[in-house]
Amino acid sequence: MRENLHRFFRAARGVGVHVSPAESIDAMRAVAQVGISDRALLRDALLLTLAKSQDEKLALGDCFDLFFSQPEPRQDQTEANSEESASQDVDQSPSSSSASEAGEGQPPEGLGPLAQMLLSQDRNAIAAAIAGASGAASLSDIRYSTQRGIFSSRILDAMGLQRLRDDLDALTASNPALAERLRAALDALREAVRDTVSQGLALYAREEAENLRNEILRNAPLARIERRQVAEMRALIRQIARRLRERYSKPRKRQRRGHLDVRRTLRRNAAWGGVPFLTAWKRKHRDRPKIVALCDVSGSVAQVSDFFLLLIHSLHEVVDDVRSFAFSSHMIEVSEILEKKSPGEAMAEIMSKVGFGSSDYGSSLVDFEKDFMGTLTPQTTVIVLGDARSNNLDPRADILRRISERSKRLVWLNPEGRLAWGFGDSEMPRYATFCTVVRQCATAQQLERAVSDIVATYQ
Amino acid sequence: MADQKASTSIEAVESGLAAQGYIASRQIATAVYLSQQIEKPILVEGPAGVGKTELAKAIAAWRGMKMIRLQCYEGLDEAKALYEWKYAKQLLYTQILKDKLGEVLGGAQTLHAALNQLHDFGDVFFSKEFVEPRPLLQALEQPGGCVLLIDEIDKSDAEFESLLLEILSDFQVTIPELGTVSAITPPTVILTSNSERDLGDALKRRCLHLHIGFPEQRLEERIVESRVPGIAQALRRQMVGFIHEIRSLDLKKLPSVSETIDWARVLVLLQATELDTEIVKDTLNVLLKYEADIEAASPQVTTFIAKAARSNVFG
Repeated sequence: MRENLHRFFRAARGVGVHVSPAESIDAMRAVAQVGISDRALLRDALLLTLAKSQDEKLALGDCFDLFFSQPEPRQDQTEANSEESASQDVDQSPSSSSASEAGEGQPPEGLGPLAQMLLSQDRNAIAAAIAGASGAASLSDIRYSTQRGIFSSRILDAMGLQRLRDDLDALTASNPALAERLRAALDALREAVRDTVSQGLALYAREEAENLRNEILRNAPLARIERRQVAEMRALIRQIARRLRERYSKPRKRQRRGHLDVRRTLRRNAAWGGVPFLTAWKRKHRDRPKIVALCDVSGSVAQVSDFFLLLIHSLHEVVDDVRSFAFSSHMIEVSEILEKKSPGEAMAEIMSKVGFGSSDYGSSLVDFEKDFMGTLTPQTTVIVLGDARSNNLDPRADILRRISERSKRLVWLNPEGRLAWGFGDSEMPRYATFCTVVRQCATAQQLERAVSDIVATYQ
Repeated sequence: MADQKASTSIEAVESGLAAQGYIASRQIATAVYLSQQIEKPILVEGPAGVGKTELAKAIAAWRGMKMIRLQCYEGLDEAKALYEWKYAKQLLYTQILKDKLGEVLGGAQTLHAALNQLHDFGDVFFSKEFVEPRPLLQALEQPGGCVLLIDEIDKSDAEFESLLLEILSDFQVTIPELGTVSAITPPTVILTSNSERDLGDALKRRCLHLHIGFPEQRLEERIVESRVPGIAQALRRQMVGFIHEIRSLDLKKLPSVSETIDWARVLVLLQATELDTEIVKDTLNVLLKYEADIEAASPQVTTFIAKAARSNVFG
């Protein structure tokens, strides 16, 4: 049982539940308390000790059900076959079919253990043999779906396939009917092993596969990800947001223990002639970021803007105030759309309002100066996300200078690589002079770093 | 044998809590049993009003222990949670003992001797006498053990969590001036959280994680039965069915068990015998706490009552 539990812990890690050695010890202790005869109780005990959130609980519950439901060897097929053979047997011995089966089931001398097991159709023995063989073939090391074949053959080898083949050859010559039965049973066995391997893959390989996928996704250029990956990307962005939230959501005021605020202490204790009965301690005040985001939603930049807006707007706990503006040829405020609608709908609405135009940074900046200059305070970080390709129209860098002067920082995130800046209609060098920071921001990882830096400057 | 013992003990927990008016599901009872056996705190998560705090109270009442409650909030620090020096008392004593101080030090011939005497004196002021135990330290000092409820841990700061770690895993705290204080009897610790903030893994690792969601219909009926004995069975079934329908709506705040109990009390007070549209609409504000929610639910009331009545017949 302990072996089984260890395999279960590995499977649990596979579904994303982090099981540390200490937790596995706790789980072992809990299992020792409740015993293993009551499956529901065992499930509760493992869920209580291993899972650390409701999501993990659900995942672990599914994992438990999958883990403890061993795939049965396919019986229906063999049964059909055995009926067939039984009907053949009827000709030979017209006694009751079960008796004939038992008679026929008596394997001839000299067969290998696997052949005997298959012919006697002992389900439990077969299941146990498969389980034992998958342990020997270390099925829990399976990582990728391409390894299915090799693990299947390893398990079959461990069960003694070679011997069975020899038996089969010998039987074909001596007893064709029995050989036929054995062949059918072997097919059923193969299928059962394949099921076991698939289950193993589902149990043990999830974590690896997911890590690999996330790693690829994090470094994929946001502008060019495929449609089917958008949902996965959103999930990844949400993960990033959660990480940033955890790192930066701290209380705004905190006592600095050990630093006496002398002025406040004296004032408070004036009534006792200055004997400091009540003490006052120094406090540190910390600002939370106020962010104004200006996002280009034209053409190739739109997808990056989408993910950026999603990220910024899921940082409620960390960020005091976010106002978002979208533009291609003119600029509108989109904060409300983003707050109220689901990410997909919100982006569709924004695109229908301002998207798909040819970008004109100059007139968009004019729009911003005219209507929204008041949103900037000395605490505001302004983030501009765009490729600065203005179709050779007047870039109006003077407005950007005024924006920069009114705000705390001006950060420009450009999805294009540095090499492309300044070539063609890119106005990046002209804008860059007024920016506090200019960064390339094409992948989820770069996006995370950029936002993390912005939030960190307020800590 | 051990298995047999475990399941009977879990049943004992269930019935013990039931005697205190807390109807526990099997999972809750298992968690309580395990926390006792392997001496681990329970971290209870779930929506507001499903009886997280009640659980701690029920355990305390069932075992006849004292319950010590620590309500968490932003800015809670060790001075309020763990211990504090009775600064005013220390100061007062030094003021009163000023003359005595002169006497004590007067006997000393040399500066060195005076300093030695002063050293002994300083220890007097940083002794147990001047420690003001706050809930966490109090819980460790209970000779017969107690139930320590750390309520809404998610409201406190991340630093406070770290402070708890020593207590949760070893049942001891370290006071720099006094040394380590270990629990006389390890307390039963219950932490509750509304998942407002993700708790640290270090804290979660030290706890059994119990999630209490909205109960199933049967369980909720039993809860209402135990809390509001005066309510007729037919009405009880109908109202619980109605509440389950309401929970299927997309609302800002779903009604939880505490609201069900409140509503049952209200219905008893109004001497209702069965649900009808009129009485439900009048009392909907007991269940729903937002104007927008009430507006969203009111058009559905009639259908929900019909549905609840139907399930009543077949259920």
